[in-house]
This record gives sequence, structure tokens and C-alpha cells, in this order.
Amino acid sequence: MANFGFSIKKTRSFNLSQADLRKADRLLEEVPSYRLCIGCGGCTATCSARQFTDFDIRKVHNTFRRGQYDKLADELRKCMLCGKCTLVCPRGVNLRSLIINMRQLLTPSHETF
Amino acid sequence: MANFHPFVVPFVMGTIALFAICGYKFVRWIKQFDRKQQALIKKNMFSTRIVPALWEVFCECLLHLRITKKNWRLGYMHRSIAFGWFLLILFGAIESRIGIKGPFHFWCAIFYRFFHHNPPVNGTEVFFTQLMDLLLLYVLSGIFLAFVKKIHSRILGMKRTTQHTVMDTTVKIALWCIFPLRLLSESVTARLYANGGFLTQTLGDLFSRPAAEFLELPLWSLYSLALCIFFLMLPFTRYMHIFAEVFLIYFRKLGLRDSVKMTGYTKYELSACSRCGMCIDRCPLYNTLDINDVQSVYLLRNLRNLEHHQDILAAGKNCLMCHQCAEDCPVDIDLMSIRRISRDKGDTDMSDNYRYLDNVKGFNAIGRVAYFGGCMTQLTPTISQSMKTIFDAAGVKYWHLDGERAICCGRPLMQQGFNKQAADLRRKITELISSCNATALVTSCPICYHTFKHEYKLTIPVYHHTEFIDKLIKSGKLSVKQSDSTFTFHDPCDLGRGSGIYKQPREVLKAVGQLKKISAEKENSVCCGMNLGNTVLSIEQQTKLRDKSLAVLTEPNPDVVVTACPMCKKAFRHGTEANVKDIAEVVAERLNN
Repeated sequence: MANFGFSIKKTRSFNLSQADLRKADRLLEEVPSYRLCIGCGGCTATCSARQFTDFDIRKVHNTFRRGQYDKLADELRKCMLCGKCTLVCPRGVNLRSLIINMRQLLTPSHETF
Repeated sequence: MANFHPFVVPFVMGTIALFAICGYKFVRWIKQFDRKQQALIKKNMFSTRIVPALWEVFCECLLHLRITKKNWRLGYMHRSIAFGWFLLILFGAIESRIGIKGPFHFWCAIFYRFFHHNPPVNGTEVFFTQLMDLLLLYVLSGIFLAFVKKIHSRILGMKRTTQHTVMDTTVKIALWCIFPLRLLSESVTARLYANGGFLTQTLGDLFSRPAAEFLELPLWSLYSLALCIFFLMLPFTRYMHIFAEVFLIYFRKLGLRDSVKMTGYTKYELSACSRCGMCIDRCPLYNTLDINDVQSVYLLRNLRNLEHHQDILAAGKNCLMCHQCAEDCPVDIDLMSIRRISRDKGDTDMSDNYRYLDNVKGFNAIGRVAYFGGCMTQLTPTISQSMKTIFDAAGVKYWHLDGERAICCGRPLMQQGFNKQAADLRRKITELISSCNATALVTSCPICYHTFKHEYKLTIPVYHHTEFIDKLIKSGKLSVKQSDSTFTFHDPCDLGRGSGIYKQPREVLKAVGQLKKISAEKENSVCCGMNLGNTVLSIEQQTKLRDKSLAVLTEPNPDVVVTACPMCKKAFRHGTEANVKDIAEVVAERLNN
């Protein structure tokens, strides 16, 4: 079959009622402005890290919100924290704070001092 | 035992405990210095740097010149207590050495009048008696001002003073009691033996003889007790700054600086904070948003006591990193570094970060200037466009390093305590810049500029574009038109207070128009609110900060509000009808072709 450079994605389904949403809830507590997110993807569009690699911040925070935390810690390490996403967000979500908090929540037993 | 009375026991115990505890703490902190700091100490310990260190100790710990420059009333208050007390001890020691008969103990100097009852006879004795009274009066005037400051701080030019803990308040009361008690006990003794000076004798003569006899011992005991309480509590309270500042100044002169982690040097800094509260008044978070528990004074206190973990985190997070408090600090503590230390996230990511930058290859830019716009300039492309126009007009060959793809300088990571990641990023960018063989690095973003200047070890000169434009105009390479436009200039925090660049942007603006004065400029510049350092302020709070700054900037009604930072420009542009531009845009519009 001719390859047109696109394909149909596999369906991904999971049961939200069985997901562990504790970290996601905690994230919403820490960064209340995240409740305003409409998932427009402005953050991903402007992302500096994305200009070099396949880092999708919208995908990361959406996945986090659904309680699927696997591999997100590694993914988040690609972020340079430059803050452009926060500046372009049309809903005023504090994305830098969101990313820092996600990193913290995904770090096992984080201790500052 | 001659020249001894039981009432001196509290004082003697207090003094011994004071020196033992301070000695223990100071030695322990020195052991906590990191390797670099220890090497510096070994190298410079006995060098000639000790001379300027001693001079600064004299000027700052005793005369308090820095605080006097900012507020002469506060300066007088601190000087009269510190320098006055120092002279009291010094001349008291000399006087008692001359006058005391029998065995000399160190407490004889403090309680001299009690042990030496003879009225002054010869010239030297009269001179010392009057001098000691004068010095006591000097110290008392300072204590009086401190009391006034407590009641109504605005008389001394402070809007708000520090909210102290119970410990700090107790020890302060002990300190305030010392000198009035000394006055009273010496007066009572003067009444009985006529050995006082102009102050103590006059006051003493108001007492009746039986009253004086009855009061003498209790008053001297209370004086000794007040000294004891003060000395015992000193190492655990803010008054530790009296000794810690001396060592801090010495270490600083030896070249020691804060590391990214808490070290012994930081502990000296934490203890050198006198909690004077000078950092509160001009903190934008306090004077615009009424947040009054996150300022440096409270962060340093919490860090020193390490008892409120959550408080430390909260206070550490909520800060604009605008350098205002570091500018105001009379002890010159590196508050920005301590703030960063409080945010340290630890070495959680040990492996190599940002591998994806390995694929980025430097352009061969021999003989060219590398232009680094910075991430924020990508969102304000007119700035980089104007810079290109200026480069072309001046005939400067350039290479736009981050034209297509933006690389972050690492400052945001550093500010949030991801030190390991920031170091990885810095290494990659250093490799990239050194591989391109450019002659200089010009950046449009003060945040990047500050980082390249202070954190990177680049071999080529680094300029902010204001500096570079100023250089081009002065060397005649860039010819600009003088115009009738009027400007006000906003000093971005990282360019002004952070890097000390105040002159160049003003000279550039004077070359292309008229610069109007505003009420808060240079070191006192206001914050745009849209700040990288803070991640917890809400949009409403940021807007409030921005509007307050805009009111200052637009007050003289300028044609253009000029700034030199893409972030500040972006913040201001949406908040005002006035024309907001970056300095590069203003210059690019007024070129002579």
C-alpha cells in the first residue's frame, strides 16, 4: 500500500475510575489556575524544547491529569523551564509552576533540606 | 577576695558562656565550608586583604556607614549603640586599669564605679569620669531612638519593622535595660561616694541617702543580670550579627562567595542578618501586594532556625528575585544566592540532561558577533528585528545564534533550584558558543545577560544590547538622529540592580531624544510583575505590580516608555495606552541612512 506519511492511531482506552488521581488532584491544589486549561496547545506550539526534540507539554500535563504518570518524569526533564508557555497561555495557566510541581510530585520522597 | 562581690557572678557566667558558644559555632561553620571556600581561606588568610577587611569592619560594624547613607536617623541609632558601647568598653578598660587598686579582674572594668569609690582627683580621672558619662549618654540616646522606632517606626523613616519572635523580643528588652540600669546604679553609687560625672552625679543627687543605700546592691545586681541574659541569649538570636558580621566581612574580603548549596559561609551570612527589616519597605510584594511574611529577613530567620520547613518553602518560593532587598541590605548579604539555596531541589536528576542539544552544531562564525536574543525575544520579534537593522546599519557582521530555535540560558532552572540541570544546560551552550569562534556575544535579554556574565565562563566578551548600541554610537559606527521624542526609561531588574548597567541606556536615549526623570529609577527601579523568579503569584497580583510600575513610568507623560528587557516590554505593553518599546526598537527607528 502506498505510504502517504500518515496513519491511523491505535485507540487508547483506559478506565478513569480506576486511575490513581492523587497526584493529579494534588497538582490542581498547588496550581489552581490549571483548572482553566482548555487544552488549546499554545504551550506546545511555542515550546523551546520542542524546537529540538519531540517534547509535547500539552500531552504531558493532560496525561498527568488522567493519572498516567509512567515515563512522565523522564519526559519532563526535557523542559528548560524558559517560561514561554506561561506567557502565551490564553487562559493564564501558570505553566512553569505546573511543570515544577509535576516534577516534584514525580520525584520519589523529595526532601529539600 | 578583693574586688569581688557575688553580684558579678551572672555577668561572669554569661560572658564565659557567650564566648564558649560563639567559639563552638564559628569553628563548626568553618568546618562546613566547601572545598573551594576552604582553598580560598588557606590561600588568602594572611594576605594583605586583612587590611581592607579590618577597615570595613570598623566602618560597618561600628560606624554603620552603609545604613547611614540610606537613612541617617537609623544610622545614628545603630552607631550610637554599637560604637558607643564599644568605646564604653574600651575606655572603661583603660580607666579601670589606671584606677583600680588591688587585683584586677575583667569584671572590674564593667563594674568599675562599684569597686572604685574614690572621687576623681587628678586630671586623668576627671577626664575619664566625664568621658564615660558622655559615652553613656550617647548610647542612651540610641536606645531612646530604638524605643521610639518600636512605638512609631515612621519617625525613623521605616514604614514597617520586622515582626520578631519571642526570643528576639526578650533579648531586645534585656539589651534596652542594660544601659538605663547602668545609669541608675552608677548614679546611686555616685550619691553615696561622690564619684560620678556630670550625668550620674546629677541624677544621683536626686536620691536621698537611705534610698541610695537601699537601692545600690539591687541595681548593680539587676545590671549584671541584664548583661547575663543578653549574653546567654545572644548566640541564639538576631544579636549574633554583632560577631558574625565581623567574620563575614573578613571571609568576603578573602574572596569567598555563596555556593549553590548551604555551606558554612551561608551560615555566617544567616547569622550576620540583624533583622533590621530594611529589606521589607521596598519589597514590591510588600508595598504593592501587602504580602509581609516572605521577605529576606523572614527567609533568613527560618533558614537559620530550620524549624518551619513549610514556612521556608513558602517564603522561598514567593519572591520576584528583583534584587531590591539585596540592594537595600546594610550588611550586604548575598540575598539572591540565599534565596536560590532555599529553593535547591537537590541532585535528583543525576544523569546527563538535555541530550537533544548534542545535535545542535555551531555555525562557523569567525569574525562575527554572536547575537543571542533569548527565549523571550522570540515572543517579541520586533526586538531581534531591530537589532538586525542596527547591526546592518553599523556594518557589524553577526550570526543570530537562536534565530530558528531558542535555547534557554539556564537561568530559570537555576532560579527554581534545579542546579544540576542548569549546569548541564550551561555546559552545552558553552560548547556551542566556543565552537562557533565568534568575537563577542550580544544578548537582548537582561536575564540571559546576567547569566552569561556571572555564571558562564566564556572567553569572549558579553554585552547586553544597550551596552553594544552605546559602544557603536560612541565609536561612530552607528549614526543616529536626534529627535523631539520624550522617553522614560525602566531599568529591568537583572540589567540594573543585577548587573549595574545604568549609564549606557541613558546615554543611548539622550542621543536619540529627551530622557525624562521618573520618581523610581536606577537602584530603586520598580518591578514589571511578569517575573521569572516567582511561580506562585496569580495573574491579578502580577497585574497589580505592573500597574503600579506603569503609573510611575507614565507619570511625566512621555512619548515612549522605554525598557531594555523583552519580558518587561511584554508586561507593560498590555497594561497601558502609552507607547512601550524596547531600546533597540527606539534606536532602529532613528537611524541616519
